[in-house]
Amino acid sequence: MSFRLEPRTHTSLRLKLAVSLLAALVALLVVAVPVLLAGGNPFSAYGLIVQGAFGSPFALSETLNRATPLILTGLAAAVAFRARLWNIGAEGQLYIGALAAVLVGSGLLAIPAPLLIPAVMIAGFLAGGLMMVVPTILKQRFGADEVVITLLLNFVVILFVQLLIEGPLKDPLAMGWPQSVPLLAEARFDKLVPRLRMHWGLVVGLAAALLLWLMVRKTVLGFEIKAVGENQAAARFAGIPVHRTMLKVALMSGGLAGLAGVGEVAGVKFYLSSDLSPGFGYSGIVVAMLAGLSPIGTVFAALFVAAVFVGADSMSRATGISNYLADLVVALSLLCVLVGSFFLRFRVRYQRPALVGGR
Amino acid sequence: MEVLLDIFASANFWAAAVRIATPLIFGVLGALLCERAGVLNLGIEGIFVAGAMAGWIAVYLGAGLWGGVLVAALAGAAFGLLHALLTVILGLSQHVSGIGITLLATSVSYFTYRTALPSVTSPPRITPFQPVAIPGLSDLPFIGPALFAQTPLSWLAFALVALLAFVLYRTPLGLAIRAVGDNPGAVEAQGLSVRALRIGAVVAGSALMALGGAFLTLSAFDAFFFGMVNGRGWICIALVVFASWQPGKALLGALLFGAFDAFQIRLQAEIGQIVPGQVFLMLPYLLSILALVLVARRADYPRALLQPWFKGQRH
Repeated sequence: MSFRLEPRTHTSLRLKLAVSLLAALVALLVVAVPVLLAGGNPFSAYGLIVQGAFGSPFALSETLNRATPLILTGLAAAVAFRARLWNIGAEGQLYIGALAAVLVGSGLLAIPAPLLIPAVMIAGFLAGGLMMVVPTILKQRFGADEVVITLLLNFVVILFVQLLIEGPLKDPLAMGWPQSVPLLAEARFDKLVPRLRMHWGLVVGLAAALLLWLMVRKTVLGFEIKAVGENQAAARFAGIPVHRTMLKVALMSGGLAGLAGVGEVAGVKFYLSSDLSPGFGYSGIVVAMLAGLSPIGTVFAALFVAAVFVGADSMSRATGISNYLADLVVALSLLCVLVGSFFLRFRVRYQRPALVGGR
Repeated sequence: MEVLLDIFASANFWAAAVRIATPLIFGVLGALLCERAGVLNLGIEGIFVAGAMAGWIAVYLGAGLWGGVLVAALAGAAFGLLHALLTVILGLSQHVSGIGITLLATSVSYFTYRTALPSVTSPPRITPFQPVAIPGLSDLPFIGPALFAQTPLSWLAFALVALLAFVLYRTPLGLAIRAVGDNPGAVEAQGLSVRALRIGAVVAGSALMALGGAFLTLSAFDAFFFGMVNGRGWICIALVVFASWQPGKALLGALLFGAFDAFQIRLQAEIGQIVPGQVFLMLPYLLSILALVLVARRADYPRALLQPWFKGQRH
């Protein structure tokens, strides 16, 4: 018996949802093996993860707090991947956004207090966006692969941040710790609920998801991005300005990652340090893929990834099993959803031997 | 000026250049083999981590140094096989799969290390490979210590450059590998299996990458640290383009890179008071980006790179 692959002309939302949920589920099931190898009980580990992520108002707030930057870096990856622009540099763009927030919002510039929050956000967005526009121009002008350049820039940016927070931006009151001067009180995001850490950055993330959804669904730009992503040559033939569309995508994508950095500085830490992000930029790629590049889906995927991280931390404290388990779940869900995308593209039909066609 | 001369005149500098280049040679050769067969392997960064961890832990558990090298290669081959299944058999996005392999290999390595050695404060050490002196040659002034006082793994790296060049350009297998990255249809018309060739190249290439990681823990250092690979894998991906997918040029590129890196470390010691250290640490990454931008236009990419192939596909 042989099977035949038939390209799907249409994939239903239900199938997409099923693939994402199944991918997350399979990833969670597979890590039962490392839990067992580490001498733990998978069932109690799962229980502790769920409890650690959702078990109390405090836990829920931590999960939402963790989801906030992931929504934004997830959207950054989703909008870029839709246009087949491979932005793997969200980590660096996040740090540049955070740096811009500190430069604008820590009193180095005389900005009236009511304008501080918008100024900090615009600066972070533009800085992150620029960080992606440059590799995109290099790609268009010189044909240099944006994947490798954005990856390498992540290292450059973090070193640059370290240079600044150990030098000109160093907080003299931080008792020698390498961290930047703090944001002015007026430049900080308010807490959403008193005594819990979650902050207005979450609202920014949700608003960004909604705006991006509207952009994708209702605007000409959304249509142009889709066309460029599906077939550049055809898009060019149809008169779509491919280069300009790509640059807009780059600005949006980098900008969203920059906003994630603004949120971490203005909502969580209030200063810039080189451990601001435990890989939010890279996890954003997983979030976007789990969401099937859908802006609304990104919110839910970010919640899942955040819950895994927060829950695993708490599980790790209780059982002594390494919290790198969370990274394992996240990596596995990326690979599972990738395998799932195969079934979104093709319908597998069992048939007598025949040629297998098409892409 | 005198400072510069002093640096270049020290055998120590040239020895360091070769030492820094060695893991990159393994990595570039591995990436080159995958890409020549038409598969971009962005799993390289994670495979480096896996090779470094697996090799080190095998030696730590008493496998012997060469046993560690073998374990590292097998770990790399396993992740390579996974990448090949996803990209060659299923024809999925090579970019996404590669990033996924990097995330997976890194987290598996970190999780394993933490689980095997819970609550260690300072990383335990092993006795690494020692430099092998070659009587006569090692005593040559200048190039003696630079070239002939390296550890066996550096020698293995040099030998693999020659071996890979020979296989790629002088054997029917090499011809088939190169063809499968340029024109898989032609290979299939010859009755050869595109899939088998690509899977083989990705598995072997990934094993090579893992050796680069193993060099870090078994030769350059004597312990495993989190974050020790630090972008070396990505640098290799840039160097492959710089080397136009040729083993000889890959060796040259890695050595140039090693010399540059060794140079900046020494320059830092001289003028580090005036210029912050991070500026020097940024240079390797910036240099890789610059190299990529400069050669990208003229780069002779394998024509079927990134393109999946399904059996019986026409055009």
